[in-house]
Amino acid sequence: MAKIPYAVPTLDKLPTVPALKPGAMSELKSYVAVAAHQQPLGFPGELVENWEQAAVAKMGELLGKYKSLRVYLDICVKCGACTDKCHYFLGSGDPKNMPVARQDLMRDIYRYYFTPTGKTLGALVGAKPWTRERLDDWYNYFHQCSQCRRCSLFCPYGIDTAEISMAAREIMDSIGLGQKYCNEIIGKVHKIGNNLGLPEPALVNTLEGLEEDVLDATGHAVKFPLDVEGADVLFVTPSADFFAEPHVDGLIGYAKVFHQMGLSWTMSSYASEAGNFGMFIGNYEQMRKIALRIREAAIQLKVKRIVFGECGHAWRVAYAFLNSLAGPFDFLDPRYPVPQHIMEVTRGAILSGAIKLDASANADKVVTVHDSCNIARATRMGPEAGSQFEYPRFVLQSACPKFIDMHPDATRQRTFCCGGGGGLLTDELIDIRIKGAKPRVEALRDVVEQHGVTHMASMCAICKSQFTKVLPYYGYDMGMVQSVHQLVSNAILLGGNS
Amino acid sequence: MSYTAGGKTVEADEEGYLTNINEWNEDLAGEIAKAEQINMTAEHWEVVNFLREYYNEYQIAPAIRVLTKAITKKLGAEKASNKYLYELFPYGPAKQACKIAGLPKPTGCV
Repeated sequence: MAKIPYAVPTLDKLPTVPALKPGAMSELKSYVAVAAHQQPLGFPGELVENWEQAAVAKMGELLGKYKSLRVYLDICVKCGACTDKCHYFLGSGDPKNMPVARQDLMRDIYRYYFTPTGKTLGALVGAKPWTRERLDDWYNYFHQCSQCRRCSLFCPYGIDTAEISMAAREIMDSIGLGQKYCNEIIGKVHKIGNNLGLPEPALVNTLEGLEEDVLDATGHAVKFPLDVEGADVLFVTPSADFFAEPHVDGLIGYAKVFHQMGLSWTMSSYASEAGNFGMFIGNYEQMRKIALRIREAAIQLKVKRIVFGECGHAWRVAYAFLNSLAGPFDFLDPRYPVPQHIMEVTRGAILSGAIKLDASANADKVVTVHDSCNIARATRMGPEAGSQFEYPRFVLQSACPKFIDMHPDATRQRTFCCGGGGGLLTDELIDIRIKGAKPRVEALRDVVEQHGVTHMASMCAICKSQFTKVLPYYGYDMGMVQSVHQLVSNAILLGGNS
Repeated sequence: MSYTAGGKTVEADEEGYLTNINEWNEDLAGEIAKAEQINMTAEHWEVVNFLREYYNEYQIAPAIRVLTKAITKKLGAEKASNKYLYELFPYGPAKQACKIAGLPKPTGCV
């Protein structure tokens, strides 16, 4: 495939509301899961015959289970605050990518089947019955939402579009209309242990190769331990860290930090994935099954702590849900948070002097940081409010002499999604991924032009893959994208510890 | 979709990855490369052949670092980079080279 001539948007000054382009993205459809992807997860193999009734029944079940869903569908006052907050709308101009319009895809159906006014007055109150066209709109536009929750930050009622899009995907899975990308991957986790489908022998081979590489490069025997029973720390990281660049450079960074701290740690071949795509499809059972692998690995390996690597959605599931999905973790050392983020470990080690960083190793770089959406708006990295922003910045500023933040409308809580989150990091969606990256690239261009920024650090596997793929469409080199712990890896002083 | 090579038609999925990896042969690889607008040189073949060797042993494509290391051994230190692999396979060495080698697409956050 040569570089495909997608309509790459022209970058604007932030913030610019685009002219409306109705239907611009209506034909963009991610591949539908076939029976081989659906059935192992307990979903129908193809669209069921009576899908309209089945979808209404499932929606009724979810409305009963999740009060928040019913509230979100009831309380929107159409104030418009969310309309220009979605990166996919800003990049595509398609009005159905306005968060309120995306919610309305479900709200219309909800009103028709579940509200007295909708049942009696129908279209007069915006209530619409199921048609195949509406189902197609659901499929296409609920897979153009990365569940980043930037819109909900600006909604005066706090309506969470991510939760609506998760519910929509759950309903579609239940009637046999699943997405290939997510469901194939979830199947691989159940079968092999990670999103990539990396079997244990390949993992062993890859980690041995990394040990050789680091020894060659540094002269230090930094280990990448796997399945070591009795280690103190179980380290869980996205499988992309084993496979892709710049992810693997981050993995080398984590290993160097643990090595230099003298920490006893291990990874697990059974729980070789931090990411949890069960959240993307809004399916509690899938999310739980994936999370339980981590619990089982922790018990089998008799560890005392669980630490997570750089991964955005993984950290949301880990931080917010791990305990309820797979807890209680009363067998772990109560002195440490369950789970803990690698950024907190590294920050602590810098502060205590357990590791030393020589920032001059990164003197050739001017670094900025991309806050990952799910870390920024759903979690902390330590006990303090805002630690999810301050910890990575502290680590980066310790590792790099020149650090510049991007515009406040595009960082911290207001950060934009990379454009590939929430189950959209698949090749057939590259058009919306390019468009969705526009607001981030505008903010990046701003600091490149004003401050000579050369690199953008990221703390999420999806962000790293998405940016290395789409930055070149905007004229930036894929090498600009760095793992936070890659920069740590460059700067850390090895040896000299007892 | 499907490919035709040597008078035989072989099934592929909607993205062009072979449905049955055992149906792969070098002529077919040439056809897939053509569809990808890639002109196969000796260097391209080194990558494709290594991918197949690795896959046969591990049932997965090699990590980028494993691949760059192997290619460096075969083609020399100046070819020791992810960037060089992207020059050979502009849509990404993992995905595009896997497709030509008849292997399944690497999935996940990659």
